Amino acid sequence: MEFTLIKPLFGGFLLGLAALSLLFFNGRVAGVSGILGGFLSFRKRDTLWRFAFLTGLVAGGVLLLATCPETLDLNLKSSPPAVMLAGLLVGIGSRMGSGCTSGHGICGIGRLSQRSMIAAVIFLSSGIAAAVSIDLVFGGLI
Amino acid sequence: MGLLMIFLSGVLFALGLGISGMTQPEKVVSFLNVVGDWDPSLIFVMLGASMTYLTGYVFILKRSKPAFARSFTLPTSRDIDRPLVFGSLLFGLGWGLVGFCPGPALVALVTGYDSVLIFLLAMGFGMYSFEVLDSRLKGDPDGGAGLIIKR
Repeated sequence: MEFTLIKPLFGGFLLGLAALSLLFFNGRVAGVSGILGGFLSFRKRDTLWRFAFLTGLVAGGVLLLATCPETLDLNLKSSPPAVMLAGLLVGIGSRMGSGCTSGHGICGIGRLSQRSMIAAVIFLSSGIAAAVSIDLVFGGLI
Repeated sequence: MGLLMIFLSGVLFALGLGISGMTQPEKVVSFLNVVGDWDPSLIFVMLGASMTYLTGYVFILKRSKPAFARSFTLPTSRDIDRPLVFGSLLFGLGWGLVGFCPGPALVALVTGYDSVLIFLLAMGFGMYSFEVLDSRLKGDPDGGAGLIIKR
């Protein structure tokens, strides 16, 4: 795939800004798995702000589709069973590990949290291991 | 007003994910597949985002409280424990398998593709089952997210 620098950097800047905005207005870490996991548990009394943020994510998707649809031009080659397994692993793993690419990768590293740095090194490593071994064994996505 | 600003933070977060390329699983997989036709550009997403956060959060935490909440709620755990290691390991395997993580999958909901729906349902099921199991094992009625309140 073509190498691009400006878009990832600018997109990353927007992600950082959005996470700062959530901290400024609501005092919370912008970790999507934590926000969604807390929302799905239905036990905490703070579901309303979680719902507002998650709705914002979905609405942002609508805006992206309307203004720059190429960002959502998904070329999903994975089979349904692989997608289901991936969803399960991502769901269980992110809750067990207290964070995902956003909570650990953006906010945690941004706060120089040692826990988050270790988590990010681990999920990047196992992500690389998964992507590489699938490519080597099956010659593409399964 | 507070909820509107939280909603808009979510919208901005989604735009960041879209513009950076994180919403394209194919791009994510070609970033993680370092032996294939490697596309390193997504490194700059995490760099740009965490550096922006690093620059700003110190100033925000100097305030006595958030604009629309009573206090800052930040993770305080410092333990490198088994759940952190094993959970992150599982998360990475799922991420590398298809190229989706939670945020981008929610942003992609609007496409209505079967794969996105399957991923979201499986992810939600995984999260919910873990929450239930974990709080039963710990006997912790509050879910035990390891959070305490600053100030």
